[in-house]
Amino acid sequence: MSTRLARGGRLINRTAPVEFSFNGKRLKGFQGDTLAAGLLANDQVLVGRSFKYHRPRGIVASGPEEPNALVNLGSGGRLEPNQRTTTTELFDGLQATSQNHWPSLDFDVGVVNNYAARFMPAGFYYKTFIHPRPAWKHLFEPFIRRAAGLGKAPTESDADRYEQAYAFCDVLVIGAGVAGLKAAKAAADAGSRVILLEQAPVIGGRAPVDQTEVDGQPVEAWISAMESDLAARDNVTIRTRTCGFGVYDHGYVLADERVSDHTPGDGRPKHRLWRIRTGKIVTATGAIERPLSFAGNDIPGVMLASAVRDYVVNYAVSPGDRTVVVTNNDSAYQTALALKAAGLDVPAILDARGAATGPLPEAARAAGIRVLTGKAIAKVKGGKRVTGVAVCAQAGEGAVQEEIACEAVAMSGGWSPVVHLWSHCGGKLTWDETISAFIPDPKRPPLNHDGSAMVEVVGSAAGDLDLTGSPKAIPPVWVMPQGAPIQLRSKMWLDYQNDVKVSDVQLASREGYVSVEHTKRYTTLGMATDQGKLSNINGLAILADSLGSEIPQVGTTTFRPPYTPVTIGALAGESRGEIFQPLRMTPMHAQHEAAGAYFEPVGLWRRPYCFPRAGETHEQAVHREVLNTRQNLGLLDASTLGKIIVKGPDAGKFLDMLYTGVMSTLPIGKCRYGLMCNEQGFLSDDGVVARIDEDTWLCHTTSGGADRIHAWMEDWLQCEWWDWKVYTANVTEQYAQVAVVGPNARKLLQVLGGMDVSKEALPFMQWSDGTLAGFPVRVYRISFSGELSYEIAVPASHGAAFWKACTQAGKALGAMPYGTECLHIMRAEKGFIMIGDETDGTVIPQDLGLDWAISKKKADYLGKRGQERTFLASPDRWKLVGFDTLDGSVIPDGSYIIADGVNANGQRNVQGRVTSTYYSPTLKRGIAMGLLKHGPSRMGEIVEFNTAAGGTVKARVRDTVFFDKDGEKQNV
Amino acid sequence: MSEPVSALNGASFQGFASIREIGPLGMITLRAKGVKALDKAVKAVTGTKLPATRRIEVNGDRACGWMSPDEYLLIVPYAEVAASLASLANDLKGEHHLAVDVSDARAVFRVEGDKAADVLRKLSPVDFDKLEPGELRRTRAAQVAAAMWAQDGGFTLVCFRSVAAYVMGLLTHSAQPGSEL
Repeated sequence: MSTRLARGGRLINRTAPVEFSFNGKRLKGFQGDTLAAGLLANDQVLVGRSFKYHRPRGIVASGPEEPNALVNLGSGGRLEPNQRTTTTELFDGLQATSQNHWPSLDFDVGVVNNYAARFMPAGFYYKTFIHPRPAWKHLFEPFIRRAAGLGKAPTESDADRYEQAYAFCDVLVIGAGVAGLKAAKAAADAGSRVILLEQAPVIGGRAPVDQTEVDGQPVEAWISAMESDLAARDNVTIRTRTCGFGVYDHGYVLADERVSDHTPGDGRPKHRLWRIRTGKIVTATGAIERPLSFAGNDIPGVMLASAVRDYVVNYAVSPGDRTVVVTNNDSAYQTALALKAAGLDVPAILDARGAATGPLPEAARAAGIRVLTGKAIAKVKGGKRVTGVAVCAQAGEGAVQEEIACEAVAMSGGWSPVVHLWSHCGGKLTWDETISAFIPDPKRPPLNHDGSAMVEVVGSAAGDLDLTGSPKAIPPVWVMPQGAPIQLRSKMWLDYQNDVKVSDVQLASREGYVSVEHTKRYTTLGMATDQGKLSNINGLAILADSLGSEIPQVGTTTFRPPYTPVTIGALAGESRGEIFQPLRMTPMHAQHEAAGAYFEPVGLWRRPYCFPRAGETHEQAVHREVLNTRQNLGLLDASTLGKIIVKGPDAGKFLDMLYTGVMSTLPIGKCRYGLMCNEQGFLSDDGVVARIDEDTWLCHTTSGGADRIHAWMEDWLQCEWWDWKVYTANVTEQYAQVAVVGPNARKLLQVLGGMDVSKEALPFMQWSDGTLAGFPVRVYRISFSGELSYEIAVPASHGAAFWKACTQAGKALGAMPYGTECLHIMRAEKGFIMIGDETDGTVIPQDLGLDWAISKKKADYLGKRGQERTFLASPDRWKLVGFDTLDGSVIPDGSYIIADGVNANGQRNVQGRVTSTYYSPTLKRGIAMGLLKHGPSRMGEIVEFNTAAGGTVKARVRDTVFFDKDGEKQNV
Repeated sequence: MSEPVSALNGASFQGFASIREIGPLGMITLRAKGVKALDKAVKAVTGTKLPATRRIEVNGDRACGWMSPDEYLLIVPYAEVAASLASLANDLKGEHHLAVDVSDARAVFRVEGDKAADVLRKLSPVDFDKLEPGELRRTRAAQVAAAMWAQDGGFTLVCFRSVAAYVMGLLTHSAQPGSEL
């Protein structure tokens, strides 16, 4: 059994015990443990089940490469699935449950898959798609869906906060092992601003576990001196628990800081995403040990040799009394020696190499350990945990020579440098024959903006595995034993999480897969949450062998960020809840809320859609607002309307180019409606323009169009007509604007008092500055409803007070606030177009019968030439008309007007579509506008609109003005 | 007439740094370029020289910030905006320029305390270690446009009025106790 040793453990604090639970079982550990160490200390060797066959799974690694030991961590609002126990710090009260099993971890019904394994070969999913067809839907999909899936998706919203932060430096060093510390010091000595990131809670990397020396000093002393040295410098920032997970163009790096994973609920953000811009990136990301492929290498208790060493040295955890070491290189001997030093038994070291010489093998022999060279594991014995190994010759086919009883197997198939960050932005790799691994090719680095190398790789990540500059040879051993028959190869796991075996990759190769990228997807090799950190190289070596080609020719799959999974919370940062996105609010927003407004988004603005009263539906509220405005008085918050000042000697000329009509001739004090088109001629925005003084105009835009139109103006002024003397300013938010609308509108202004708003003093389409109720105002007499209407602009800081003054003074006049839907209905009743309803980017003003707003005299305006193109000038275009439904009903939004016959796709032909459709409370029936082929010449004709429910709605073609055709109401 | 009310009516939050919405503050957008009388016109309003590129010249409760090659932000006491506009109109008479009151179009925040920069580091891609005295940054705070500069031992941040509540939410989130960088 695995257990806690009485002494040792360089990372644990025995004076700080912690309690935690696994599947409800209460367990004890120490501060400094990882969850994996805590589980092993409590003999929890079985920690999960595999994805496909539900095979028992134990802890295999000690870092982010762990494929097996994933758990559901926490509960409720803090439940996180797929958390790696090997990187999860243990804390008091930690709750973990195992994943991917039913009904329990120890007894899993799904393990039957295990016996059905020969029916679920490589490419199983693809094959089920193909034959027999109905089987996918009725048999395979339900089965796979039930069997698959890792952790549980949380059902509650996340209880924690997240944030992001920006950082800048000259040199960013990722990985604070010996190589990273050296690189950081060198950069700091040179005066650079340095940030040093370490994914673990402590710096030092894995060198301290191996008890090596650096610069003639014991490594721990060296690291501690280096840490104090760097920490004392102003130009160095060290961040632990921070994983640099992605390298992007131009020295941009993302890193995930696990701020309070280990102290949940302490009020700090859970994670912090760092967005770092750096001059140069140094990756010192180390190397990950590779498993060996022997039969039964997935049985709990089979671990990486380096992980066994980590657990013994760092956490004083014994993987079992007897550990057999199996290796193709010297580093695993350190594990044997560490076990021996901890008082544990190493029955044998099985070395696949023909000879094992050098200091480490000699030290092992001197320690009395039996070293068997040229040997391999024929198979591991055991089910839910290792009970022993059968030994065979590496050169043979697996004939068992000896069986050795043991509780754990420590394996080392060599090391794979962590080249991910080098590769993210295009750094190329080269195959190193000496250590049988891909290493960064310094001649083909990822490039910076100036063509220089953006990333430098140091230490074992660059292949310098023992930091001597000349690593010892590691001969390739991809299958153990080398002549293993299919019975053994089909029990050799490459990808533990996704259940991909040596035999699966070989089958894929036989079925014609030659590309490593295709093989990956076909077999799912390396597609699990660990992204193949252990399996990829072994898998592609098998593929290369099966194809009879060399490993470098087969190549690797693509390394993409993130290096390890990053929680979505960190990527979202602060963007959730009330600050998920900016909501723009007018100065009267709080008053609308207090009045019970129902809001709708208009761009990022929130505008009242209607103001429902108790017991009213939104529809009823809208109808009341329409009728009240038409009969008495309505108040609209029109503050969101875009307002752009255009000033200068050339401002008139400029506006004549921007608008289809003429603005330069507009007299001071007057207003004119205008249309803006893009270069293609399509209608882009509309609004009322007011001439303020000799060289100043104020352009109103749509609420959603203000920023876009301002940018459009600046684009033309800065890039095309840079010599025109025109300045613009977007003053949209400087003013709160209130539309006072209805028969009593003038009366309200007179009650407020302060200026003459009579028909004579302020006629339709004019504006005037003055005061109302003491407020400084600019009053525009314009109407988007057909009623007597004033739009009153006040400085935004007086907006709330002015709105209050209007509502209070308006009470006696029957004033009610109204929302955007009422506005829409009233403008539709009058046949006024709405940008975004009547337009969709393919409509020109002429389509809408707005020819009157297009100047025939002007030599040019933006869009003129576009509109002259044959298709846009065609008499066959769909044009705007009104519709009366025969039965008075409301035509459904989005309806098309059907025509005879079908098109080439067998779809019903159409001849037009509805653009605005409402129930008119004023007329007590449905009204609609729409585009119809040859529309204006088809007055009185009956057409049919389709509906989503099937069937059609018949309507009579008419003009677009449904109400008060002569404009008598607004002209009083 | 009522008193002018700023977007959040002086909301504040005390975290590891203090956040205050201030204002209303008088602000004028002045656009002009290559105008001879410009230095004098600005000096008459703010008492400062014209700022260099990306700089702000501060003079007590007045300031002039460089916003773009042909745009300046003039800061004056709120009550003096009208007089300042009149002064500019007079001094720049006959010259092509645009001067408009934008006092109410903006919200202004102060972020103060030893770690004030840490609040802003979470929201803006700005290298605060290298932010020079008198340097004005036009940048963003998370998803919205913002301008900011160091002043009087803290930072002044200007954003659009309509997003004041969003920016207050950002600053509050970022200044939570215990989340110092």
